[in-house]
Amino acid sequence: MNRPHRGAAGSRGLGTMEVKSKFGAEFRRFSLERSKPGKFEEFYGLLQHVHKIPNVDVLVGYTDIHGDLLPINNDDNYHKAVSTANPLLRIFIQRKEDADYSAFGTDTMTRKKNVLSNVLRPDNHKKKPHIVISMPQDFRPVSSIIDVDILPETHRRVRLYKYGTDKPLGFYIRDGSSVRVTPHGLEKVPGIFISRLVPGGLAQSTGLLAVNDEVLEVNGIEVSGKSLDQVTDMMIANSRNLIITVRPANQRNNVVRNSRTSGSSSQSTESSLPSSTPNILANFLQGEEESDEEDIIIEDSGEPQQIPKAAPTSESLESLTQIELLHESTQNGFLPSSEMNLDHSAGSISMEYEEQDPDHKSLEEDGTIITL
Amino acid sequence: MRRFLRPGHDPVRERLKRDLFQFNKTVEHGFPHQPSALGYSPFLRLMAIGTRSGAIKLYGAPGVEFMGLHEENNTVMQIHFIPDQCQLVTLLDDNSLHLWSLKQHSGASELREEHRFTLKGPPGSPPSATQITAVLPHSSREVLYLGTESGNIFVVELPSFRVLEDRTITSEAVLQRVPEAHCNRRSCELVEALREHPKNPDHILIGYSRGLIVLWDLQNNKVTHHFLGSQQLENLYWQRDGSKFISCHYDGSHTQWPVSSDNRQPEPLETLVPYGPFPCKAISKIYWQTTKNGLPYIIFQGGMPRASYGDRHSISVVRGSQQTAFDFTSRVIDFFIIFSSEPTAEFDDPSAMVVLAEEELVVIDLKTAGWPAVHPPYLASLHCSAITCSHHVSNIPLKLWERIISAGSKQNIHYSNMPWPIDGGTNIAPDPPQRDLLLTGHEDGTVRFWDASGVCLHLLYKLSTVRVFLTDGDPNDNMNALGEDEWPPLRKVGTFDPYSDDPRLGIQKIYLCKYSGYLTVAGTAGQVLVMELNDEDAEHVVDYAEADLLQDQEGYRWKGHEKLKTRDGPVRFEAGFQPFVLVQCQPPAVVTSLALHSEWKLVAFGTSHGFGLFDHQQKRLVFVKCTLHPSDQLALEGPLSRVKSLKKSLRQSFRRIRRSRVSSRKRRGGSGNASEVQEANAKFDQDALQEMELAPVQRKIEARSAEDSFTGFVRTLYFADTFLRDSSRHCPSLWAGTNGGTVYTFCLRVPPAERRMDEPVRAEQAKEIQLMHRAPVVGILVLDGRGIPLPEPLEVAHDLSKSPDMQGSHQLLVVSEEQFKVFTLPKVSSKLKLKLTALEGCRVRKVTVANFGSCKTDDYSENDLAVLTNLGDIQIISLPFLKLQIRYPCIRKEDVSGIASCVFTKYGQGFYLISPSEFERFSLSTKWLVEPRCVVDMPEVTSNNHVHKSGMENAARKSRSLGDYGEDERKSGRLMEHALLNDEKVLKEIQSTLEGGR
Repeated sequence: MNRPHRGAAGSRGLGTMEVKSKFGAEFRRFSLERSKPGKFEEFYGLLQHVHKIPNVDVLVGYTDIHGDLLPINNDDNYHKAVSTANPLLRIFIQRKEDADYSAFGTDTMTRKKNVLSNVLRPDNHKKKPHIVISMPQDFRPVSSIIDVDILPETHRRVRLYKYGTDKPLGFYIRDGSSVRVTPHGLEKVPGIFISRLVPGGLAQSTGLLAVNDEVLEVNGIEVSGKSLDQVTDMMIANSRNLIITVRPANQRNNVVRNSRTSGSSSQSTESSLPSSTPNILANFLQGEEESDEEDIIIEDSGEPQQIPKAAPTSESLESLTQIELLHESTQNGFLPSSEMNLDHSAGSISMEYEEQDPDHKSLEEDGTIITL
Repeated sequence: MRRFLRPGHDPVRERLKRDLFQFNKTVEHGFPHQPSALGYSPFLRLMAIGTRSGAIKLYGAPGVEFMGLHEENNTVMQIHFIPDQCQLVTLLDDNSLHLWSLKQHSGASELREEHRFTLKGPPGSPPSATQITAVLPHSSREVLYLGTESGNIFVVELPSFRVLEDRTITSEAVLQRVPEAHCNRRSCELVEALREHPKNPDHILIGYSRGLIVLWDLQNNKVTHHFLGSQQLENLYWQRDGSKFISCHYDGSHTQWPVSSDNRQPEPLETLVPYGPFPCKAISKIYWQTTKNGLPYIIFQGGMPRASYGDRHSISVVRGSQQTAFDFTSRVIDFFIIFSSEPTAEFDDPSAMVVLAEEELVVIDLKTAGWPAVHPPYLASLHCSAITCSHHVSNIPLKLWERIISAGSKQNIHYSNMPWPIDGGTNIAPDPPQRDLLLTGHEDGTVRFWDASGVCLHLLYKLSTVRVFLTDGDPNDNMNALGEDEWPPLRKVGTFDPYSDDPRLGIQKIYLCKYSGYLTVAGTAGQVLVMELNDEDAEHVVDYAEADLLQDQEGYRWKGHEKLKTRDGPVRFEAGFQPFVLVQCQPPAVVTSLALHSEWKLVAFGTSHGFGLFDHQQKRLVFVKCTLHPSDQLALEGPLSRVKSLKKSLRQSFRRIRRSRVSSRKRRGGSGNASEVQEANAKFDQDALQEMELAPVQRKIEARSAEDSFTGFVRTLYFADTFLRDSSRHCPSLWAGTNGGTVYTFCLRVPPAERRMDEPVRAEQAKEIQLMHRAPVVGILVLDGRGIPLPEPLEVAHDLSKSPDMQGSHQLLVVSEEQFKVFTLPKVSSKLKLKLTALEGCRVRKVTVANFGSCKTDDYSENDLAVLTNLGDIQIISLPFLKLQIRYPCIRKEDVSGIASCVFTKYGQGFYLISPSEFERFSLSTKWLVEPRCVVDMPEVTSNNHVHKSGMENAARKSRSLGDYGEDERKSGRLMEHALLNDEKVLKEIQSTLEGGR
């Protein structure tokens, strides 16, 4: 990147950017309109064209400013790559069959450029074996702690992502009583508590909910004054995107909240993560808003005997999309869904989504960070 | 977080909402649950019924109804009207007395509790000393005589309930002149009856339970006559002229006694055991009624031979050689005779007997030969067979109304023509705005048609579907026909018959088209009957068709009940709705949804297995669709397997308990002696008990999946003429919603009228929508281009509705138990939604489109959704924007059967069962309100004191009329009236102090 490059002088204006693409041993150079990078699919087609590999499935990667090799596989990380390329965008193309996934990630370019980050995170080098990061599309968040900045430290707001997984939510609630501080002193008031976690269920696997945690809110609605059955119905109605605010029975694991700025600075040390993830997360958040609306509609073409299991027609985009395919189809549409393996190992998720998202006014963290 | 945003308050809309919506529970229809007491005022011609829950209800002429509720919710034991007054006294089982009065207020009378009182004995006396057993309101209207268990009779002043201690009639005073043989303390135990002399108000007859009867002179405080009965006394009754009285006894006998001035201790004239000689049950109440033409009526309750008829609930009417023992379907609570109450009349000349049985009211016409029953205009026994479903149809065309009434009148020929004898008060409510029908389906396979237009829910016509089927009960129909010389001469009266011959006959769904007179009903064993109204009797064959809803699904076995057997050959049907087609679902599971389109002549039906469409014109099955999920074994096997699984789970839980007990004993096994073991066991049991108590009620939180049980259960069916394929052509369609959140749509091709019989109706599936939240679909509705629900079939043809807007784009509203969603049509995409359960934790139980008119202007009305939730709340949700308008708590959430029974009308009213026999009527509309409004006129006053009092009341009424009832009459009225009540109390206090000073 410190190399002077001729393209800058010869560029047809400030808006263009040079691209250097490597496939196997071959390099290709071309330029792109920085302000109008187009869609990822067009870019992908362009790469196939310039390398003359029209029918080869490939993985596309680029090196970011820190020298890390990061994937490009959707519009978001493509745009990120274009916008951060300075001044040259280096592209690495691998055949999908012999793709080395482990090549992606931190320090993959083995350039000791970012000394500061290495100083700040010395343990990063001691990690043996190196953390393997899968492709982002292989992930789906299963849970997150949200709104840490606006909640009292004694409370925890947990989001459980039920969609797309076959795991049961896996918990039970019960009536109970809790003690509240009121103007008239301590008062015993009825409350709703988590009574049981099903082993292997989503709730248990996140580690964010525990037996005897008091449930305070369900998707932003306070449960006080509501009966056990009402709260049950509310949770089931929200089960595809359940946000529970609890007062954990064990108060020792609470997130110790710093000021917002310090929070983000501590997070920035982890910015070696693929910079595309915030966008993915944002998409998830948006997608989630819509997701529970995604009723499946099957419209028949009109043959009376036709079995109504026909593939949905592509006309009415939103409504015809099956929920399971939503994210794949919009973000990495070129990937056949058969390649998805839903890996929910908590560790890798924490790597993937521990990221402060500047666009979202909330701090996103994963539960595994704050366990003892 | 836009979902958490609340709509802002628009003041214009808020004002409009006040003009449109208002919640009132207006009237209770049907028969009071668990009645416990009966009273009658011959002066007011009003009847009062008390219940075990402390309610008191007054009934007069049809439409004249009052209701009161004792705060204590205790059983009402006795009700006594104060002679010639608009007042009555109730005795509760906590020994408290309550004075109620009917007061006029803003033009209508209201029943209100005025005073309460509990008789207190001297300190240290046993509670029985003041336990009231008999109450006599004296004709002077000033005092109440209270007989007690101790035998003492206390006198209290009215209306203050002040005890007049100097006038107490003690048992000692009574015994002074009784002969030695009867003279012990015990003979005066428990006052059984108190009766005022009909001619001489200074004499009262006192009957003690041991058999002693005395005539007491109130003026001189002494006994004038002794009547020494040998049998335990039950009750007493004076002959009208006061020369004789009759007593009835525990052994089933009644005795006549003469009262004359020459014999102070007369012997009985006659003792009779009407159903002897074998031991008989007690006669608990007796009437002696004289008539102009000689022969008196003796009417008594009970007295049946103990061994053979001891279980009958009977009242016998004897007049000379005529004798009938009316045999009631349930326990007799009490009864009274309506007779000439003119004080100058020489004879009683009874006209009717009114009997309150536990489950129904029976009135017998005593003037007409054969003593036929009178058809009551109110207090109908809704539960004569248990109600299984109900259906409401508003605004019935006059023609259909008349035809139903005429069919019903042919069924009522055995009733007396006597006008309703209890006719007090005046109904001043405006005439009902329209003719409404409430149809109730019953367990015995009948459908009852009720006139639900006004305050009196009145039976118009009863339809039985039983004739179509062969049932076991048939041959024994004549069992009750008794021979001429049968003894005792029992005659069954009443309609209460909760025992169904065959539970499969039960009616589950009803749909009536008010324009065409087509009716379809569906039942428990998968039977769907299509009927047509015929004004004549007819005999014809009912066509039969079978709908195999499992189609090609193989390998399933239905373990539920079998289908009903049908009759071969023609069946005779009486005038009214006559079935012409029977569609039998296979498997014969209960029909869970039903829809009829009388214009297209199609009927759609659904069960837990699927749904089908039948063309009742060509009598041809158009198609069936199986909705089962392959893993849904429960639905496939039928209801029996569920019972088995319950049993299994019970067994398992018992086993678990036993196992844990055994293991814990083993643990303690080492320790030696028996007592220790016992102790340990006891401790363990206690622990186990505690654990059981502590074991919290848990609720599993799990997303619904496609594999949940009964996902295929068809919850709702809907016909609509709308756009399915493209926005240029609309066509008939059938919509079905299931328990699993699936909506199926079929495009229908109905041949034009001239070729209707020649070409088949065709259907093809057009759409299938799976709601991701998978909650049961409880309602489907298509809104036209203006956002107005499509009209009912034939509504436009009869000029009763604007034709729908077929130009603009239609919208589809799908209501699940959890959400309301609007989709566009013909291309289905989500447009709007209201996530009720996610926001409030309540679920939709019932939903209907209702039209609300403004009470301010005649020209504004709008359609909204009326929704009942599982918490018993009623919510009104606007159309088509799905905004919550207003919420009212209506039914207790624990009252599951009440919530399940709720039915809304098209104009914002509704009904739900508050007991098996009573519908509560409520109104959500400011415009359509059916509630009792009636006046009971004040009695004419005789004494000075009363003139004074009523004068004051008139003054009060005047001051009341000064109040401004313009804007919100109901509310301000209530406030005003409260203020006046206080005033009146003050006035009374002043009055009493003045009187005391005199």
